[in-house]
Amino acid sequence: MKMTHLAAGIAATLIAAGPTLADTLHFPNLSYRTGPFAAGGIAFADGYADYFTLINERDGGIGGVPIRYSECETAYNTERGVECYQSVRNDNPLVLQPLSTGITYQLIPRTMEDGIPMHTMGYGRTSAVNGEVFNWTFNYPANYWDGASVIINYLLDENDGSLDGKKIALVYHNSAYGREPIPTLTRLSERYGYELLTIGVDSPGQEQGSQWLQIRRERPDYVVMWGWGVMNPTAIQEAANIRFPMENFIGVWWSGSQQDVLPVGAGAHGYKALAMHGTGTDYPIYEDLQRYVIEPGKYAGTGDEVGTVLYSRGMYAAMLAVEAAKKAQEIHGVAAITPAMMRDGMANLEITEELMVELGLPNFGPAFSVACENHGGSGAAMIQQWDANAREWNLITDWIEPDRELIMEMAMEDSLAFAAENAITPACLN
Amino acid sequence: MPDTLLFAMEATLNGLTAGVMYALVALGFVLIFKASGIFNFAQGVMALFAALTLVGFQSGQIPFAHLINAVFGTRLHQFGWNMPTFLAIPATVLVMILLAVLVERYILKHLVNQEPIILFMATIGLAYFLEGVGDIMWGAEVKALDVGLPKGMSGAVDDITFAWFGYGFYIDRLELWAAGIAGILVASLTIFSQYTKQGRALRAVADDHQAALSVGISLRFIWVLTWSIAGIVALVAGIMWGSKSGVQFSLSLIALKALPVLILGGFTSIPGAIVGGLIIGVGEKLFDFFMQPVIGGATENWFAYMLALAFLLFRPQGLFGEKIIERV
Repeated sequence: MKMTHLAAGIAATLIAAGPTLADTLHFPNLSYRTGPFAAGGIAFADGYADYFTLINERDGGIGGVPIRYSECETAYNTERGVECYQSVRNDNPLVLQPLSTGITYQLIPRTMEDGIPMHTMGYGRTSAVNGEVFNWTFNYPANYWDGASVIINYLLDENDGSLDGKKIALVYHNSAYGREPIPTLTRLSERYGYELLTIGVDSPGQEQGSQWLQIRRERPDYVVMWGWGVMNPTAIQEAANIRFPMENFIGVWWSGSQQDVLPVGAGAHGYKALAMHGTGTDYPIYEDLQRYVIEPGKYAGTGDEVGTVLYSRGMYAAMLAVEAAKKAQEIHGVAAITPAMMRDGMANLEITEELMVELGLPNFGPAFSVACENHGGSGAAMIQQWDANAREWNLITDWIEPDRELIMEMAMEDSLAFAAENAITPACLN
Repeated sequence: MPDTLLFAMEATLNGLTAGVMYALVALGFVLIFKASGIFNFAQGVMALFAALTLVGFQSGQIPFAHLINAVFGTRLHQFGWNMPTFLAIPATVLVMILLAVLVERYILKHLVNQEPIILFMATIGLAYFLEGVGDIMWGAEVKALDVGLPKGMSGAVDDITFAWFGYGFYIDRLELWAAGIAGILVASLTIFSQYTKQGRALRAVADDHQAALSVGISLRFIWVLTWSIAGIVALVAGIMWGSKSGVQFSLSLIALKALPVLILGGFTSIPGAIVGGLIIGVGEKLFDFFMQPVIGGATENWFAYMLALAFLLFRPQGLFGEKIIERV
């Protein structure tokens, strides 16, 4: 009897203490700080968490409602990702960041059924750009097919508008993620006349001897990489070993962080990668981050990742989530929004350069607006190049637009096939 | 000479050097299995832990800095000095010996006479524990490892083969060094086990625990010795693989490369680990070379296991393993 009273007393105290769950805006993160891909996961999670901390500390939350941030460890493992989803789905999650293409594919039908929005920034299922089929999934500001198209457009610029007769090798992580760009690059090869050579690397990708021997034999003009984790530095090291010209080696945005080039040392000099956002600490927002988050010691993790490429990506994802929440509050006229309201905010999100300047992130990301027909933003990306001497990434182009006409055409085909398989009638929710 | 033959020869040469890299990991497994009958699931994590410790010493990183900072609110990261490689390697060896002592004292001592599966389960626990400790101790970020080993294409091999065939073969200098180091390692282990008192004691324990105990050999000492040697072998494997693509947590997965090597070479034979590694290395490179145009690439992970499976059908004990005959 005494134990029952004690338990009831503890429960009452917990409920009375602090804001109730309904008084907060819950932003869960299906992060991975352990396992073979931890190095990338930690940087993203730190950036994502620090931005929410900044909003709480500086602004008192969003629209006066504090943010509640939580992490669930997936170790970049699809099964664990689904378990994490089960653990947060009833905890009013405003938007999910699955941080893995494999997990995304598993969660798309579940989030559709549960009415929980999901943001897969620069990863996941590309055809989710069609919001008439994928009402609850958003992949702005860019997706894999955009990335592949941006690389080809960049190479067209470099080659006076013609890739006819050129040979381009795609070295890809042999997974759902790595295979994503193949349809786009194949379609573009038919249009521009280049020969596409696809070379898979099994996860995790520590041994790539055969692949780079093949590249040495085939002598492609360019190598494009869709890698992750240890596959990236191994590939860059192998490219340096066979003396492949680094300026002709271009990675996707998941193959272009400090973790990918630093282990290679001087050999990585000149390697290029896509950038869907700016990087480094030369943005006014870092003054606020320093004052409200870093100096008081409220940073996530160890604070070592601040300003790195993947930290910047996490921070950018959080910024887009906060802006969508503000939009949702504006649309519905309530501060304590629900996941369904958040979805409306995401579906009507508009990011302008004026807003980016106001947020302390001038020219950090592209200007774009989201609509039911396009959940994917502008798709624009820049090219960055690694300077091994200065140990920094330098942006070497302005925003490059993808071939959106082709991508939307392909996305329509794929999304309508998904709709037919799952008995979905394409329609906008608002 | 036809191009295909030249390319196949190049693939074979690369397979041989890659095989040595696999054999380096397999050696650690063999040593422990041979001396104590334990399949050490933690061998890959030991390679990771050793490499993390070496880089930590080299870069003057304060161990457990993140934990100290979190508890005491400090901002410690570095000692402010870098340890030269010739000191960092012996310091790491001492850490691996200390680890061996702790493993014996807190795990193995309590599991004497237990079934092999119990000991195997204990090493699974050890693997998770070491991975977690490595993370807390040195952090999870990717670290560059440089012990002065040369990397990149071997100009000499390129020149010689070009002079012979009109086509220069590619060989990574790091893998050539790995082959040399593996040779020295195997020779040292052989000399140690054949010509030293401790080595002979180790072989006696491997042959028959009870008989070795009856003549006064300390089982506890032999276990510490075996795990220390396996720790040193793990350090060598960690250095080689870490130099290739940085020290990060996926390094522990190199153990997966050793399993087919062990199945093929036998769990109790040091030469078997080397020969098994070479067969797997050459087999997977040639298979990829010939089959890539037909079935696409990315065959390396599963082909090694298929090859090992085929061997299992004909020689379950592996090429050099001891044939176990039991009276039923």
